[in-house]
Amino acid sequence: MEIEKIKYTGKVKEISIGKEGKAITVGGENSYPFYLFEGEMPHKPKIAMEVYDSAPEEWAEAALEPFKDVSGDPAAWAKKCVEECGADAIALRLASTDPNTKNTSPEQAVEVVKKVAEAINVPLIVLGSGNAEKNTAVLRKVAEECDGLNLTLGPVEESNYKQIGAAAIGFKHTIIANTPIDINLAKELNVLLGNLGVPDGSILMDPTTGALGYGMEYTYSVMERDRMAALTQEDEKLQFPMLNDIGTEVWKIKEAKIPEKEEPKLGDAKKRGILIEAVTAVSFLLAGSDILVMRHPEAVKLVRSIIEDLTAT
Amino acid sequence: MALTGIEIYKKLPKTNCKECGVPTCMAFAMKLAAGQAELSACPHVSEEARAELDEASAPPIRSVTIGKGDRGLKVGGEIVMFRHEKTFYNPPGLAVLVTDEMDSAEVDRRLKSFKELEYDRVGLLLRADLVACKSTSGDAGKFEALVKKVQSEVEGGLILISEDAGVMEAGLKVSADNNPLIYAATSDNADAFAKLAKDNTCPLAARGKDLNELVELTQKLTGAGLKDIVIDSGARGLRQAFQDQIVIRRKAIQSKFQPLGFPTITFPCEMTDDPMKETLIASTFIAKYGGIIVLSDLNGHSLFPLLLERMNIFTDPQRPMATTAGIYEINNPDENSPVLITSNFSLTYFIVSGEIDSSRVPTWLLVFDTEGLSVLTGWAAGKFVGDAIGPWVKKCGITDKVKRLKLIIPGVAAAISGELEEELPDWEISIGPREAAHLGAFLKQL
Ligand code: SF4
Repeated sequence: MEIEKIKYTGKVKEISIGKEGKAITVGGENSYPFYLFEGEMPHKPKIAMEVYDSAPEEWAEAALEPFKDVSGDPAAWAKKCVEECGADAIALRLASTDPNTKNTSPEQAVEVVKKVAEAINVPLIVLGSGNAEKNTAVLRKVAEECDGLNLTLGPVEESNYKQIGAAAIGFKHTIIANTPIDINLAKELNVLLGNLGVPDGSILMDPTTGALGYGMEYTYSVMERDRMAALTQEDEKLQFPMLNDIGTEVWKIKEAKIPEKEEPKLGDAKKRGILIEAVTAVSFLLAGSDILVMRHPEAVKLVRSIIEDLTAT
Repeated sequence: MALTGIEIYKKLPKTNCKECGVPTCMAFAMKLAAGQAELSACPHVSEEARAELDEASAPPIRSVTIGKGDRGLKVGGEIVMFRHEKTFYNPPGLAVLVTDEMDSAEVDRRLKSFKELEYDRVGLLLRADLVACKSTSGDAGKFEALVKKVQSEVEGGLILISEDAGVMEAGLKVSADNNPLIYAATSDNADAFAKLAKDNTCPLAARGKDLNELVELTQKLTGAGLKDIVIDSGARGLRQAFQDQIVIRRKAIQSKFQPLGFPTITFPCEMTDDPMKETLIASTFIAKYGGIIVLSDLNGHSLFPLLLERMNIFTDPQRPMATTAGIYEINNPDENSPVLITSNFSLTYFIVSGEIDSSRVPTWLLVFDTEGLSVLTGWAAGKFVGDAIGPWVKKCGITDKVKRLKLIIPGVAAAISGELEEELPDWEISIGPREAAHLGAFLKQL
């Protein structure tokens, strides 16, 4: 029986992140995700593990437990993710820079970034807090002070792309362009970054990640539309690899945290949290994710084995 | 395959009697072609023409019902490859496996889980749909006893699994009235199974060794007059099984290839021994085109995430991203509980209500109609502003529910607090956090 194949006219750009010798490459696919009977995926999706810049306060017990011994020491934590869980990259979240929490300074952030970068031999992704205004100052400072580290910085939004973008160009970092679940806004921000002079090889797209049961489908469909435009409509300004910031979104939902004894029908709390994270991740893999930022080592392991099975030869 | 208006017109009575509510048969044909009318509106169309037109307007993937009544499960009937192209209509059925050699306590436990694991979520009841009864013993009597037991204890449809016609007949004897899915016809038993399906008027699953064999098999079955067919490509490795799902859907929808125009059945329970991984394999089939997904067991921690995924993927994307405006009670608030207000952008609502929920603080949440805009955009667009919110707060009914008139507004809309104080002189207006993530801490220290 003949299988009608789709004629893909576009291709996702191949982008390398990280310092020479520690770099990884993502993207390059020329078909819908895992449609390997009619296209290629030269680089399997990668998993970056999330590390907080200080001991997290509100994490679910199940998510914190594997990192209890290192949670106050981001460098040790990052090392553990790489050495014990095989993380392809580390995503350091500068949570304590948020004015609503510890409000640490951009200088303090730079210090943590350097320490973590030093400790690992994989690419370092640096994520700001939920505060876009503060992120502008923090990420700009990090970009300027970490010359030569080839960081990946985000989220970069329409409100702060100029400041962070300029610093990223100057010091050769990659940018994570974040837009609120909208294909047109995503394209627009990529155009703006291009106009600013950010090279195509230095942009990743973050479509904004909704958790399972909390808007996952909006992200899912926007990603499918992004890929459709990139691969079949030659929309060059959408041909960038995509990153999903999953761990932090899924582990804050009520159902990932509630103990079994309060909701017996939801089953074992640890397994439930892991599966909520992993099912969200698999959904986004199927929608086109190239980098998954994840939290729980067991979820990472499970998702990696699904990637292996989907690409098995 | 969709017919044009002219093709439909040729099959109508051409009397222009107007009984369909349209002046001419031609106009009616045009409406039918555009999907704006139902053929049943014309009382004069011949039986023969009706059959032809029904056939022609059937979706490229047949919809098949398993079970009966309220718990009847309809699968298939899809018309697009991607949900954003229109919507996916019929969520895949989730099934749990029991066998006739299983310890009876284990069967009881699974049936109990099947009955109990139901979740109420924003007005939707989420639960598994089917029980798959498998003959592993090969003994007709044992299988009959299992099917009988399952049937008497649970509502919901059944899948009967055996490739032995004698065993299957025994199972059907006690369950055919409930319209179970017969699994499976293969190239070895196709004639006998086609007869069983026909005699009992039950849907029949067909399994090939690969897609080619499957195509031959479904052609044989449709040739024997069967219509309600469910298909299994036989693949049990994830890569091949995933590819088969895509090829089947594409062949059916884009090439209108009828031998594959049926809902699929998948078996994550046969693809791994690790229950956690099985859940993820099932999750790929929820996203990509599984019609029925058979699981080895049901546990809340694995079933619930799958049900959420299924709910998400099968939500109609054409529906505006807005939540109904109104008063939402979270954690059983009373007259002293705080009152928060936010916009009716669905994501805002999901996130805000989720944060309040997990804080466990009893709270009234007012969801104000910003026509689906977020708080910040709504404010910028002049919708989330004092002179719109004030009058609505007065009349929405919250004043009958609380004694302490204190309204907490989102931090990003702090600018409207002055206008709101003017609009709501009886209320104390206070400013909440800018980020939903900080709501929990904020509520706890109130
Ligand atoms: S009811 Fe039937 S026959 Fe009469 S006008 Fe309508 S289509 Fe024609």
